[in-house]
Amino acid sequence: MYLYSLTLQRATGVVCAVNGSFVGGKTQEIVVARGKTLELLRPDEAGRIQILHSVEVFGAIRSLAQFRLTGSQKDYLVVGSDSGRLVILEYNVAAARFDKVHQETFGKSGCRRIVPGEYLAVDPKGRAVMVAACEKQKLVYVLNRDAAARLTISSPLEAHKSHVICYSVTGIDCGFDNPIFAAVELDYSEADLDPTGQAAADAQKHLTFYELDLGLNHVSRKWSEPVDNGANLLVTVPGGGDGPGGVLVCAENFVIYKNQGHPDVRAVIPRRDDLPAERGVLVVSAATHRQKSLFFFLLQTEYGDIFKVTLDHEGGERVKELKIKYFDTIPVTSAMCVLRTGFLFAASEFGNHALYQFQSIGDGPDVEASSTTLMETEEGFQPVFFQPRPLKNLLRIDQVESLMPIMDMKVTNLFEEETPQVFTLCGRGPRSSLRILRPGLAISEMAVSQLPGTPSAVWTVKKNVNDEFDAYIVVSFTNATLVLSIGETVEEVSDSGFLDTTPSLAVSLLGEDSLMQVHPNGIRHIREDGRINEWKTPGKKTIVKVGSNRQQVVIALSGGELIYFEMDITGQLMEVEKHEMPGDVACLDIAPVPEGRQRSRFLAVGSYDNTIRILSLDPDDCMQILSVQSVSSPPESLLLLEVKASTGGEDGADHPASVFLNAGLQNGVLFRTVVDMVTGQLSDTRSRFLGLKPPKLFSAMVRGRQAMLCLSSRPWLGYIHQGRFLLTPLSYETLEYASSFSSDQCAEGVVAVAGEALRVFTIERLGETFNETVIPLRYTPRKFVLVPKKKHLVIIESDQGAFTAQEREENKKVFFEATGIGENGTANNGDQMENGGGDNDEEKDPLSDEQYGYPKAVSDKWVSCIRVLDPRTGETTSILELQDNEAAFSVCTVNFHDKEHGTLLAVGTAKGLQFLPRKSLIGGFIHIYRFIDDGKGLELLHKTQVDGVPLALCQFQGRLLAGIGPVLRLYELGKKRLLRKCENKLFPNTIMSIHTYRDRIYVGDIQESFHYCKYRRDENQLYVFADDSVPRWLTAAHHIDFDTVAGADKFGNIFFARLPQDVSDEIEEDPTGGKIKWEQGKLNGAPNKVEEIVQFHIGDVVTCLQKASLIPGGGECLIYGTVMGSLGAMLPFTSREDVDFFSHLEMHIRQEHPPLCGRDHMAYRSAYFPVKDVIDGDLCEQFPSLTPDLQRKIADELDRTPGEILKKLEDIRNKII
Amino acid sequence: MQAIDRLTIDSQLEHLQAEYVGTGHADLNRFGWAVNIQRDSYASYIGHYPLLSCFASAENESVGWERYNFMQKVLLPCGLPPEREGD
Repeated sequence: MYLYSLTLQRATGVVCAVNGSFVGGKTQEIVVARGKTLELLRPDEAGRIQILHSVEVFGAIRSLAQFRLTGSQKDYLVVGSDSGRLVILEYNVAAARFDKVHQETFGKSGCRRIVPGEYLAVDPKGRAVMVAACEKQKLVYVLNRDAAARLTISSPLEAHKSHVICYSVTGIDCGFDNPIFAAVELDYSEADLDPTGQAAADAQKHLTFYELDLGLNHVSRKWSEPVDNGANLLVTVPGGGDGPGGVLVCAENFVIYKNQGHPDVRAVIPRRDDLPAERGVLVVSAATHRQKSLFFFLLQTEYGDIFKVTLDHEGGERVKELKIKYFDTIPVTSAMCVLRTGFLFAASEFGNHALYQFQSIGDGPDVEASSTTLMETEEGFQPVFFQPRPLKNLLRIDQVESLMPIMDMKVTNLFEEETPQVFTLCGRGPRSSLRILRPGLAISEMAVSQLPGTPSAVWTVKKNVNDEFDAYIVVSFTNATLVLSIGETVEEVSDSGFLDTTPSLAVSLLGEDSLMQVHPNGIRHIREDGRINEWKTPGKKTIVKVGSNRQQVVIALSGGELIYFEMDITGQLMEVEKHEMPGDVACLDIAPVPEGRQRSRFLAVGSYDNTIRILSLDPDDCMQILSVQSVSSPPESLLLLEVKASTGGEDGADHPASVFLNAGLQNGVLFRTVVDMVTGQLSDTRSRFLGLKPPKLFSAMVRGRQAMLCLSSRPWLGYIHQGRFLLTPLSYETLEYASSFSSDQCAEGVVAVAGEALRVFTIERLGETFNETVIPLRYTPRKFVLVPKKKHLVIIESDQGAFTAQEREENKKVFFEATGIGENGTANNGDQMENGGGDNDEEKDPLSDEQYGYPKAVSDKWVSCIRVLDPRTGETTSILELQDNEAAFSVCTVNFHDKEHGTLLAVGTAKGLQFLPRKSLIGGFIHIYRFIDDGKGLELLHKTQVDGVPLALCQFQGRLLAGIGPVLRLYELGKKRLLRKCENKLFPNTIMSIHTYRDRIYVGDIQESFHYCKYRRDENQLYVFADDSVPRWLTAAHHIDFDTVAGADKFGNIFFARLPQDVSDEIEEDPTGGKIKWEQGKLNGAPNKVEEIVQFHIGDVVTCLQKASLIPGGGECLIYGTVMGSLGAMLPFTSREDVDFFSHLEMHIRQEHPPLCGRDHMAYRSAYFPVKDVIDGDLCEQFPSLTPDLQRKIADELDRTPGEILKKLEDIRNKII
Repeated sequence: MQAIDRLTIDSQLEHLQAEYVGTGHADLNRFGWAVNIQRDSYASYIGHYPLLSCFASAENESVGWERYNFMQKVLLPCGLPPEREGD
């Protein structure tokens, strides 16, 4: 089996982020690393985050830093990854990609203990960069520029010290003196040798300054001083005239200012009132704001509170006071970026990222801790307390969706739509949600207005070519035309000159400033000064089809006569040529006039005899047929789409100009073919089934480029994104007719008619594969099941170290009474306990948990609930909060033999579970629930105590199989409890998944991969007949076929395990089912071993797997979801030729286009196990972004043209989604 | 001659072990071996962000706290070292 692996939704979580001016000039951009993709983001004028560029690097990005050479206008990006290399990137604006400026190898690849890459620090003046490992190694590279102003990099200078752990590094701002780097270090050499533990207790962290002597080209330890043992993060303090220099050391509970030759200035970090006393406060992310005369730091704690830190230094080098003032509370971030334009980009560690605008910089009164008021008592320093409050200094203006972490996923067509939906459980704690993903682009509806009658078509027209916005919306009905003018409001007008007593066939702008209306009986040409010219059809013939652009009009009369008009210099529409077609014309289209030309050269005409003809419009061979293409079904609609030549721009790679002929056929297929610009010959045809209705094609504008709207049983958008043509469905209802729309409220919108309504909408988040519907949940969701027939979901949610909803409500009430803030919401309303999704919740709920996080409880306290949810309405029909420190971990539906109760729900729970110091629990339980109220509610039937955590439950032959620790047990339903029927205690660690098929049971062990079991009914015995020879720390499993299971492990690999065919046959034929062999027990585990037939490193922890098809009629593929919030698919190849083609393509791209961050592609995909029989589609899909020369070179090697390769890539993607 | 060879090989090995922290040697005891494995594992957890966030969501802590905690554990990953025997 060969698989094609393709990421459908790239990771949405963020590992780290830096801001800088990467494009150059005044603008500021943010570079985010999303695990294995690097992205360049920029907030636009409206404050919405736009993705400028996104590239997969096939490696784990661990750290980012930005620097600028003195006097330069543009920032470089330094990337620390698992490649054992330091990579410096520069954003190439013209080609819209990151260019590798330098790549310096210093060690082995992989995330190792002593190989640098974990930490990066740059000199604030951009003269040196330090790259450090968790332990021992630190390397310094000197950066400079050569005569041609190119960036140069030196060979590395070592600053190693053995037996030293490094917590954080940063560059010290010391103006133009020798660059200095600071590091928090801990020496463990003595602790390792001292059995009494004295040395370990005395181990002291040090703050060490490393000085790079630029003259001697040497790094030396300049200064080292003990620092608080809770130190974890360093923040550079501006120096060299702008400030005092030195560093802020963020430690548990403290922030300390340190500098060489300066006494420590220490202040406590204020604590939340409700924080348990044993918990510390740790700073997890930091951002610095720097202006000419002002600087401050924003530090965020692990609970989400942001503090503003200011230093009082009175212009000198001495710091008198360090103040820590409560600023605001936002969800915990992995990185924060303060932009010069007054925005704060907060990359959340879990859940949606946000862009905030500064309302003020925290000058108002708030809880403040200062170094001068620091009180030391016998128990240590006196803490300062505060209460989080609603946002005061920040205002959220945009969100970027993040699925991170996906905890569970199911693909099913629950809503009976055209394509299946992906149900994902996302997020954590108060920010958790159920997200329903549908393939397609999200749209935002701007207006819907009812019309009198059912419209058949709609157009928008400008009054003048140079106008920015459209002037009229023209709607045609079966017997009338309605003209609406666009202004402050949209209202009907009658002075437009359009004929309103007849239906219209086309309305458009002609020439510079005149309008044209084509109706069945003629053409009405409305000049700018109000003069109207009418052209009437000869005899009884009527116009049936029209094609036009700004200069040319072609009409088709009934009977098949074509008449061609052109605009002359005086602005008159003149008849030029007539042509008789063999039969009625089904559709026709003219391309827009190319820039700098008089006319467009091609006319495309579709006929009912299943052909499309290209006719010339040139004066010398006017109406000559240039080429003919026969198609499978009569064409319904044609669109000539011109792709302008570009050498990159905002989004594109290089591609030459070309014209595509698109045809929507009556059988629902969209047919695309390239039109030769000179001869008009058609080549390179592609077709794709879009839906049950014949697609109607319209031109639209997307990011200033021509794009195509296809309206079939659902709407689609064809557009160019990052140099690649994408055809993506829109998540919207069926539309009849559409036209692009531009007004001052929406620059690039679409106006469409459907039913009796006129709809205006814009298309959002271009380039995304899915759009989502979010339903908030209460605690971290763990698993869910679909209740068949009823179409409800049962979700189990549990959180460690949190308070139950009731306790929180009570605490809140006490707090509100104490502080006197009126609580507007009704506290007893169940909805209040949910996490609000919208913005208005902030007003309703003064302390929404989504924003502030749940208060921390002691770590052995669990909260958990079982929720029944109707996904159609998003309504929770029933919620059971588990009591007594119980938490749910597994769930399944089960139909027992006796059929008395029908479908029951089994939930596995644990009471008083603790992971540290050793996993322990008071008891495990299996709850059996009955569905009541037509599946909307649950009623407890009984509860059975078991001796471990039931992590896996599954129905098997009318009984319940449970994996309880290392025990696989079969239960029968009893009156008062479950009855043990059979068990096998011989599993190595903990059973985490159970799948069954016929009489086989596929058991996944948390640490030891899969075990294939059989149940022998007559002997009542469960026995293992095959297992895996590789230890696999399973995180997800899915049954593929009788002999095969797919699994994913903790280290980010996906594999398929298959029982060899002969062994499988032998076991099936053997009357004892291989039991004799098993009983011999000589073979160290099971008598048979499965083979791992597929190996692939995803590079992300896969949490869920499912075999499903995402398109109607498409082949099944394996869909996976990961912790970083990405979704991917693995499609089995059906032909050997494709395998050959793609493996060669992959090989060539690997050679010609090595990954950006220096990791070898093959090594990355084989990080833990050599990759086997999987072709990396993500790499193949980088083909369109290569330079045309490289594309041609690779294509030549494969004996194909680049176009054919692009077509192949498009085809295989279309098989998946 | 042979003795000198052995000496140089030994010193070369020693040098290699000093350079590549975590490489085993003939006299490695059970404790040292376990400590190396634990430290390598912690470094790997810290380096692989998805793994770190996986731990974070299991323990309901922030990712930053997990990272700090793993770094702290590098000091004594397997408890106190055993008493030296013999010498």
